[in-house]
Amino acid sequence: MTNVFERIGSRVLRGCSLLGKTGLFLLESVAQCFVRPYRPGKIIEQIHFVGVKSLFVIILTASFTGMVLAIQGFHTLQKFGAEGLLGSVVALSLIRELGPVLTALMVIGRAGSAMTAEIGILRIGGVIMALDSMAIEPRKFLVSPRLVGTVMAVPLLTAIFIVVGILGGGLVGVGLLGVNAGDYFGRMEQSVELADIAGGLWKSFAFAILIGWVCTWKGYNTQRGAQGVGTATTTAVVVSSVLVLVGDYILTSVLL
Amino acid sequence: MSATGPGRASGHLQTLPDPAADGPLAIRLVDVETALLGKQVLDGVTLDIPAGRITVIVGLSGAGKSVILRHMIGLTRPDRGQVLVNGADINLLSRKGLYALRNRFGVMFQTGALFDSMTVFDNVAFPLREKTDQGEAEIRGKVERLLALVGLPDVGEKFPDELSGGMVRRVALARAMVMDPEIIFFDEPTTGLDPIIRNSILKLVCDTWREHAFTMVMVSHDIPEVFHWCHHLVVVRAGKIAAAGPTASVLASEDPFVRQLLTGDFAGPIRLL
Repeated sequence: MTNVFERIGSRVLRGCSLLGKTGLFLLESVAQCFVRPYRPGKIIEQIHFVGVKSLFVIILTASFTGMVLAIQGFHTLQKFGAEGLLGSVVALSLIRELGPVLTALMVIGRAGSAMTAEIGILRIGGVIMALDSMAIEPRKFLVSPRLVGTVMAVPLLTAIFIVVGILGGGLVGVGLLGVNAGDYFGRMEQSVELADIAGGLWKSFAFAILIGWVCTWKGYNTQRGAQGVGTATTTAVVVSSVLVLVGDYILTSVLL
Repeated sequence: MSATGPGRASGHLQTLPDPAADGPLAIRLVDVETALLGKQVLDGVTLDIPAGRITVIVGLSGAGKSVILRHMIGLTRPDRGQVLVNGADINLLSRKGLYALRNRFGVMFQTGALFDSMTVFDNVAFPLREKTDQGEAEIRGKVERLLALVGLPDVGEKFPDELSGGMVRRVALARAMVMDPEIIFFDEPTTGLDPIIRNSILKLVCDTWREHAFTMVMVSHDIPEVFHWCHHLVVVRAGKIAAAGPTASVLASEDPFVRQLLTGDFAGPIRLL
């Protein structure tokens, strides 16, 4: 019996310790953003990597998400004779939920995994230790630009996802299913409020921090060679994806 | 100091002039104890590293040589004891203070630890670009001079994965010297290299010392080559210092462990099988 309590206690303590370490890692990495020398070039590089290079996959995902939403929404709304509300349904679904969540998941798969692998390879290659020994703060050099780049790129990608999704939905709803274009866009304007857009952007901002945090932490603490890089990358993708979905539930509860 | 052996005989590695043995200390470890992952890796290590001389740390794998080096650089903090660099305990320094101290260090790691995504030139220029306000022309001049010094004048535009193991180590040495350090640390700089390349790296270390008279601390398995030119020798055994002092006095040690390690005999207290 004592053993059971010991094991539970040990796990709780380890969990608390991990939480403390990851929290400190994030705080110190954020603090390093404000320490000279500033590295705008590296931040722009990361915005390009996370943002511009994810654009194609975001546009592709967004258009098909909008199209599917339009088909599903149209057939459901048709049962109630409310096809004219299709624009509102598509827009609100994308702005409040699907835009932020799917963008985050796409960024995790494309950029977050690469971030973890890249930092992980530097860790196992001894480069992080070399940076430290050269009196160059590794978190400032490797983590802070990625955090800032992710936080700046993800909300922009989310906005693009929403716009493209609405257009994709319009293409199917108006072009194929015969919904009036004025209804589609007009109802959308009536039903979407600033709070919906703000809520969606808050979510994307929070998800961006989560992605940057988990993916850089996992890469930064990679151990045990090439296999360790693989494990760290997989864990980073799984953990950040789950945290995005859990975070989405919590934020939705708070924002609604 | 011994003046015989393969290194000497080959004519590549020659005995270096020995500055005053009782000169100032660069680094002092006092009763350092460290446990890593529950294992005691350093157990009461007390050690002096003289300034302006080459100190080589030898010992069996896992004895704690690299851990000692990491303590000197401040990459690992001891559980007990002091690490004094120029009289200051580096474990009491703030992050800023520690980094200020490390600006006076150059470190060459076993694998080179170069950025794969950067060219050789950019790797060597990296500390200058990150930590100084020097202009690109000045940086170019310095990097080219160092690459020539390590015998690689024409590889600046290549990437590390296009170089041989020995060339990577040379580039790493150039990077370690680029900030004009007072102390250079080498963590097994020749491990895994063939004898010719290994000797060329060791010769480069000797030549660098001749030119700059840096304090150099090297963890090495290159026994007996290093005995021909290192000024100070440290033998580590299971987290303790088995012998330390001027090379000649350590070579004359009667300690059975030291004797067996230095001569490579099968018979003795070291049982590997």
